Amino acid sequence: MDSFPIIRVVTKLIIPYILLFGFYVQFHGDFGPGGGFQAGVILASALILYGLVFGLPAVKTVAPPKLIEKLIALGVLIYAGTGVVTMLAGKATHTGEHELTSRTVANFLDYGALDHHFLPGFLPHGQHLGIFVVEFGVGITVTAVMTMIFYCFAGRNPHANGQSNQQSEAKA
Amino acid sequence: MIEFLQYHLPVLLIAIPLIAAPLAVLLSNRYIVQSLALAVCWTTFGLAIWMVAIVNQSGPVSYELGGWAPPYGIEYRVDQLNSFVMMFVSGLGAMVLTYSPYSLKAEIPLSQHYLFYPMYLLCMTGLMGMCVTGDLFNVFVFLEISSLSTYALISLGRTRRAPLAAFQYLIMGTIGATFLLIGIGLLYQMTGTLNMADIAEQLEAQRLVNDGQWAGSRTMLVAFAFLTVGLCIKMAVFPLHTWLPNAYAYAPSVVTAFVAATATKVSVYAFIRVVFGIFTPQFAFELLPLDTALWSFSLVGIFLASIAAIFQQDVKRRLAYSSIAQIGYMLLGISMADVDGLSAGIVHMFNHALIKGGLFMVVGCFVLRLGSVQMDDWKGAGRTMPWTSFAWVLGGLGLIGVPVTCGFISKWLLLTSAIHNELYPVAILMLISSLLAVVYVWQIVEVLYFEEPSEKAKHATEVPPLMLLTTYTVVGANIVFGVWTTYSAGLATKAAKALLEGGSL
Repeated sequence: MDSFPIIRVVTKLIIPYILLFGFYVQFHGDFGPGGGFQAGVILASALILYGLVFGLPAVKTVAPPKLIEKLIALGVLIYAGTGVVTMLAGKATHTGEHELTSRTVANFLDYGALDHHFLPGFLPHGQHLGIFVVEFGVGITVTAVMTMIFYCFAGRNPHANGQSNQQSEAKA
Repeated sequence: MIEFLQYHLPVLLIAIPLIAAPLAVLLSNRYIVQSLALAVCWTTFGLAIWMVAIVNQSGPVSYELGGWAPPYGIEYRVDQLNSFVMMFVSGLGAMVLTYSPYSLKAEIPLSQHYLFYPMYLLCMTGLMGMCVTGDLFNVFVFLEISSLSTYALISLGRTRRAPLAAFQYLIMGTIGATFLLIGIGLLYQMTGTLNMADIAEQLEAQRLVNDGQWAGSRTMLVAFAFLTVGLCIKMAVFPLHTWLPNAYAYAPSVVTAFVAATATKVSVYAFIRVVFGIFTPQFAFELLPLDTALWSFSLVGIFLASIAAIFQQDVKRRLAYSSIAQIGYMLLGISMADVDGLSAGIVHMFNHALIKGGLFMVVGCFVLRLGSVQMDDWKGAGRTMPWTSFAWVLGGLGLIGVPVTCGFISKWLLLTSAIHNELYPVAILMLISSLLAVVYVWQIVEVLYFEEPSEKAKHATEVPPLMLLTTYTVVGANIVFGVWTTYSAGLATKAAKALLEGGSL
């Protein structure tokens, strides 16, 4: 792509706006259309565009595959971890007088338990905080998975046969 | 604290392996990840046993995910049937993982170990989730979680055919899952709900409005057809089994042992749930001839797959064909639709999980020392690996269904039920089919004990004690549950009764 200055310049101009739009979709998802999945795809599209224009090595220095792999896991962990936090928060507020039911104690992913526990005034609370955090986790994972899929397809050498693939695996 | 754990038990069974999986990727140290996975699997097994105890003491348990009441929210609902299935799924999962270290080291590149464990945990999450949930759409989601991780696990196999086998399974599995989703969509269109108990109620209400006629029956028929065919692909019922032999044959031994012991069984569970819990047996067996369809396909499947097994030189492939035949026995039991038959189907899920899990673990032991699954290389291994070979004999006896092994229990129940229902040809054919099992098990025994040792077998040594111990625990459980049936056939019968009395989804 070295010989296409227009594409290179336009790409550099566009990428910040793609990222900004991605973050908008992510964080506005609790008020309007949007959310983690859509935002993740948009954010990843910025990385993929960068990779398409400037080459795989360039994008791999921006987002190393090792990091992307960890991010895939991190997003899932944030989602599932929210569930555990709600359970524990529910337990902390449970006085022990009532029988345990879904009315007296918070279940897994019952965001109601997040009321005013964390940085009140700064962070939203309750259902709002719950959906915010969970969607954040979704966003991270989707961004990372999309990028990883791109790496897998783009990194494949069409001329290499399976033998050399296995050798490079063994080296890794 | 105990009370708190007990209250959250249904979700903990899913949440613990689910959280451990990404955690394992983040930690990425092979030893830490391995101990984490082991701890998680055994904890889950412990919790599953606790769950069985609770359910059998005080009846079904319901858990509202996120505090949203059903039918709007997702409900986790544990009764006798699914607590039983979860118990043996997590049990086998923990056992196979304990067995795994040596075999993994030999078969999977070290650099990929930290990815193997998360996949394994995710697969377990999916399988447990399919059991625990009372929400039909959630069943689909967990089915996908378990299937996707199974594809990845299978593709880790040593040969280059493994990714191809995984891809074949992916195509078939996706078709199956799509059919399931279409069926779910149609049911949702008819009833406006996804909660299984609620769907059953709505269907019944619609039927009563129409003077006992199945209302909107065309949609219902189509939904039923899609659900049945979709699940049949996942169960590897005879004409839809093509993905299974390759997938089992080329996956790493540990993966084969785990998947063969659990994955198809959970699909059978989902099938039972759909037929008995949502569509009633009246709809499936009286209005529609599902019973005839099931037992004819099962019998053809049992015979063809067993005969195919006899001609396989690859031992893993041989056992894979045998698995297809054994699924036939489970469906045969289900098609009887009475307490004996259904409990035979359910208990055979458990028994076959033990038998096939055990046998594939034995295969894994041989692969570790002989480096091959070809019968020619196994010749005379009985002399250099006496303990492993004897484990094959014990497991094989269970597969045939010799008295005092658990295979006998399921076949006995099946036979009783067939005779009760006056399906004498079925009973006779079933007995004849056991002879085929004798052939394909005995051929291996002969090769192991009565042949001159092959080059590889001469230099083989016995496998490490850990592998022997775990293999013998599973194979030994064959014998234990062939004699002492309180917690296998007993629980299965209770579950079958609860299902047939209806309403108690």
